[in-house]
This record gives sequence, C-alpha cells and structure tokens, in this order.
Amino acid sequence: MTFAEIQKRAEATWRQFRGGPGALVLVGDASCGRAAGSSEVIDAIRSELGKIGKQARVVSVGCLGICYAEPLVEIALPGTASVLYGKVTPAAAKELARWHVGKGEPRADLALATTNGASLDGVPRLEDLPMMQGQARLLTRNCGRIAPDNIDHYIANGGYQGLAKALTMSPEDVITEVERSGLRGRGGVGFPTGRKWRFVYEAAGSSKHIVANAEEGEPGTFKDRFLLESDPHALLEGMLIAGYAVGAGEGHIFVQAHYPALARTLRTAINQAYELGLCGAHALGADFSFELELRTGISSYVCGEETGLLESLESKRPVPRARPPYPAQAGLWAEPTVVNNVETLANAPLILERGADAFRSLGAADSPGAKLFTLAGDVSRPGVVEFPLGVTLRRLIEGAGGGLPEGAGLGAVLLGGIAGGFLPPEYLDTPVDFDSLQPAGAMMGTGAILVADESRCVLDILLNQLEFLSDESCGKCVPCRLGARQMLNIVKAITEGRGRATDVENLKRIGAAMKVASACGLGQAAPNPVLSAIRHFGSVYEAHIGRGVCPAGVCPMHGERKQA
Amino acid sequence: MQNELQKVFSRYQGRRDELIPILQDIQDALGYLPAEAMNAAADFLKLPASAVFGVASFYDQLHTAPQGRHSVSVCEGTSCHIRGSAQILRAIEKKFALKPGQTTPDHMFTLERVACFGLCAMSPVVMVDGRLYGNMSPAKVLKLIEKLE
Repeated sequence: MTFAEIQKRAEATWRQFRGGPGALVLVGDASCGRAAGSSEVIDAIRSELGKIGKQARVVSVGCLGICYAEPLVEIALPGTASVLYGKVTPAAAKELARWHVGKGEPRADLALATTNGASLDGVPRLEDLPMMQGQARLLTRNCGRIAPDNIDHYIANGGYQGLAKALTMSPEDVITEVERSGLRGRGGVGFPTGRKWRFVYEAAGSSKHIVANAEEGEPGTFKDRFLLESDPHALLEGMLIAGYAVGAGEGHIFVQAHYPALARTLRTAINQAYELGLCGAHALGADFSFELELRTGISSYVCGEETGLLESLESKRPVPRARPPYPAQAGLWAEPTVVNNVETLANAPLILERGADAFRSLGAADSPGAKLFTLAGDVSRPGVVEFPLGVTLRRLIEGAGGGLPEGAGLGAVLLGGIAGGFLPPEYLDTPVDFDSLQPAGAMMGTGAILVADESRCVLDILLNQLEFLSDESCGKCVPCRLGARQMLNIVKAITEGRGRATDVENLKRIGAAMKVASACGLGQAAPNPVLSAIRHFGSVYEAHIGRGVCPAGVCPMHGERKQA
Repeated sequence: MQNELQKVFSRYQGRRDELIPILQDIQDALGYLPAEAMNAAADFLKLPASAVFGVASFYDQLHTAPQGRHSVSVCEGTSCHIRGSAQILRAIEKKFALKPGQTTPDHMFTLERVACFGLCAMSPVVMVDGRLYGNMSPAKVLKLIEKLE
C-alpha cells in the first residue's frame, strides 16, 4: 500500500469510530485509570448495557492527563452533548449507561466537561477546565482520544505524515530541520537533538542505531509512561525519522521494568507498524530499512544514564562507560548510536510535519517548544500537562494543578525527580525551562513537579531520596558509591537528632566532590537535592542540628544530641 | 529443570548479548534463578559463571532465591513517600514480621520496596501480582493482602 492508501483506509476507520451508529463509550484505561478501577467500570457499563438491551461500543483509550479524576469515561452519542465524566465508580457507570446511553440524557451532575463544544447545564467545555487552560496539546493531542492499540487512529489524526515527509527529503535536510527547531533533549540534560543526530550522521560506520530511552526511573516522573500508553506510535514515528536522518538500520526501545502494561502496548504498536510496511525492509517503499526491537521487564535507575542503558541492552551490568568515546561514535556494539528520551523522539514527527518555525513559535528562545510536566504530591489536580517552555511554576502548580489541597501552605517544590533539587515558594514566578532555574540552584530536569506542603519536612524527603540514590549507585566510582552513602548517614543522623555542627559543611564538601568527580550523571546530580536544601532550607537543618527539633514534627529525633 | 533449561536455550543462538533475555525466560519457567540454572546459562553462552551471577544479582527483577506465590510491592518513590508510603510499609512489616526483599515463611508473598511505578498522581501506590492500586492506605493494603490465597 502507498501512504496515501494507508491514510485513506485509516480515515475511513476513524470516521466509523467517531461517527458510527450508536453510542461510543471511551474509558481511560492507561495505568492510572486501571489503578483507579477502570476495569470494574468497563464491566459495570457492559453489564448494565446488557441488562437494558442497548448496544454501544466500549473502547479503552489512554489518558487525557487528568489523572486526578480517573477513572474517566467519555460518552458520545449522536444528538446529545459528548460528555467526559470523572471519578466514575462502578455504580455511577451503571447510571451513565442507563441515562446517557440508554435514554440519550447526559448526566450533568456527574459530568466533568463536554468534549464536542455542546452546552450542558453549566458543565464547562474540556478546553475550559482550569487544568487544561493554556496548555499546548501538541504531543498530547491524541492522548485519551484515540485507541492506542489502533494504528489507524494515529494515522487518521496526522500520524506518520512527518515520516512520509522526511522520506521525500535528504537525510541531511531532515537533520537541518531538527537543528533549526532548536529541540533540546527532554530527558533532563537538554542537549540539542539536531546536533546529536548530526554527530551520528557524520560518524564513520555502516551500522548505526537509534535507542529510545524509556527507562523513566526518576521518581515522580511519569510523562513517558503517559505518552507511550496513550499514543505509542508517536515514539515509533520519531525513531523512524531519526533512523532515516542518521542512517541507522535498527531501533531499540528500552522500557522501565515497573511499566508492565507498556510492554504490551508497544509490542502491539510495533507489530502494526510492520504490518503496514512503515518499518522493516523498504519502509513506505523508500530506500530505507529499519528494524524495531523492544527490551522490557528489566531495568534499574542507572539504566536511565545513556551508557548504562547501552550496557544493559548488551546484557551486561548497567555500569556507565567512561567517555569519550561518546555513544555517537561508539554506542551499542561500539557502533554510532543516538540515545534519545521518549519525549524528545516524539517531537520529531511534529517538527517534520509542521516545520521548525511552527515548533519554535512556542516556548523560550533557548528552550523552544512545549514540554510535558507531571504534577504530583500535595497538589489538588495531579496529572500530566503540556505547556510551552518558560511557563512559570505558579502557572503549573496553582493554575493547572489547582494549588494545594485544603488550602495548605506550600512548603517546597521538587523539580525533575531527584536531580533537579528543592525550591522554596519565593521562586514560584520563575520560568521553567532548561536554563532559567540554574541561578536558583535547580533544574527543570525531566519536568516532574513534586509539591510538598508545609507539614512535610524537607530533610525527611531528602532522606527518602538519599536512600534511593545510595541503593541505586552502581558502585563503579568511589565518589558516588561512598558519597551517596555518607550523605545518607549524615542526613539520617540529623533526622534522628544526632546531628553535629559540622554536618552541613561536610555535606557541602562531599557534594562538591561528587559533582566534579563522579563518573556519570547519577553521581553528579545526586548532591543536588542536598545542596539545594542547604541553600534554600538552611533553617530546617539548623533547627534539627542546633535546636534538636524537627519543625514539621515528622523526623523521629529520638537520639541523643552530640557535640561536634 | 534440565528440560526447561534446554527449552529456553533452544530459542537462542548462544550470543553473549542474549544473557538477559535468557535469564528472564528461565525465571519465567522456574520462578527464580537457581545456581544450577545460572551455571547452565554460563555454559551455554561460554561465559564465566561470575559474569552471569554479576548480572543476575544486579537487577532487582531477577531473583536468585525462591519467591512467594504472590508479590506485594510498595512504592517508596518520592511522591509516594510524601503521601505516606512509609506507614504502609511499616504496617506490613509489623503485621507479617517481614522486611522488604523477604518472603513470608508460608511462601504466601514476597514484600518488595520499589521506586517508582510512575503512578505518582495517585500516590501512595502498591502493586499486587502485577496489578496497580492507587490512593492506598495501610488499612486498604492489609485488606488486599488478606485476600491472597
């Protein structure tokens, strides 16, 4: 089939899906939906429909990012307002089947939003929900709207057009377009993607690789899981474009071990891409062949580090490699390799399809484009949102996230999982992009925004992070292996009331040594939470060490105080 | 055990980079990685046994000891920690006299401490036999465990 024929078929499938006869019931059935009980909701809807003798198409979709209101159910019935219902219990699901599907009467009392612009008794439109206002909805355009296990849905909504366009261009022009877009790596470091691709393009060797880093191990980060569970083909298309651009014949997707549902979704997506001839030998009839492989079920935090990931793909202990050589010269099997984060690769189709200028029209000058942010912790509306880079923390936390639950006061914001560091409330109006937070000693990192209210103790959170980091240190280099352990011991002692006057100075010295002397990003970033907490929450250290009290009343503080 | 191992090996060519998929398959077949199986994998791939054990012992998902019939994994990622996962872990530890990584004497379940399931929007999160549960509390989790058979 030509791409035009593939598109034609996909559009017919999509028309039938959205406009087919009878009711369409979409259930948010990604991991977040399932953990909130979407399976029971689907069962309840089906059993009630059977009871009242009504037919409807009940379809599992991904996630809209409105995770706080899962399970989500959207009902579209010709002649009625299409309605998104939130926090649907099995009992409410039966009501919806009976009223909206059965009698054609939407239930405004259970509704979260309307999705087809129709008005319904004061129910807001989806795009007017406080969580959705101001969002870019580019990477997220399909999330929660299409069935992730149906490639036609992706294609009918513009999918694989970026690849089709790339295949009409020279590989070098594709790279130039990505360079011109200014896209920077979404895994946290922010390295220019186009430049990375050019390194691999120019590297000697006929066998090259694209590796998608889906080892989303940074605690508090779940954007890649969300994107892949909701719209897996965005990644595959991005990998194909990258493969064509740099001249790679193989793509490898490395998936975090704790994401079992994702393995199935990706396996299905890969099979479908092969069936349509979008990958494999002569993709879309072009002089370009690309094989896709999936590694699932095994990972570790240090596999998120690109050379640790490559070691793991080679079935070794994921101990990061010394650099140079960089993966662009000697990556997988010592061959030139692009290692990109999932979100980075998923941006490539948008850049090719819409052009670099359209991509640059959003975001900040040095951080163009939109970015996925995950909101979690003490926030009223946890979930995933997509905003132009440069959005303020206040917009994210108070606007999209709805502030803190029950009016609690903001204590601290943790950015980018562990590596990004702590910020106090004074920084709420700082733009969030790759560079603006650095003067404050913090980083955007992966885009995770973890909110802690005033009742939490920064040192207790720090202890949790240091336990994690010292567990996850691979042990190869001394600064990380011993440094993380020493920082853990010191912070643990402080939280148990055994702090000493020299502790803060020692933490600073250990942190400085780890930053300059650790072999990889894990050890280099590990001191960030400790040092940012010292900088912004010095009084919390002082209270624990100097006065022997935990101001939040969280830490045990039972040990005897010792003088240094 | 020999039968199961041969069945696994028959699916591979004997390349060094096949080690992790092979160990995953053996664990699927046997429930864990007995020393004998690791030695057989080393022979099959012409690797020193230490290289196989080095890999098997590094990854939390590979088990060198028998596991319980069920698995209970408590997320201790930062978001879950903020939202009270430590209390969940303490409640399980106390009730079953169990530490993370250990299995109950009746082999009913193995307790794991994990970070992170990426379900931070519904912290705290617990996984029981591969199924995720969000917005958990100590009482809710103990109830889930009581239902295990």
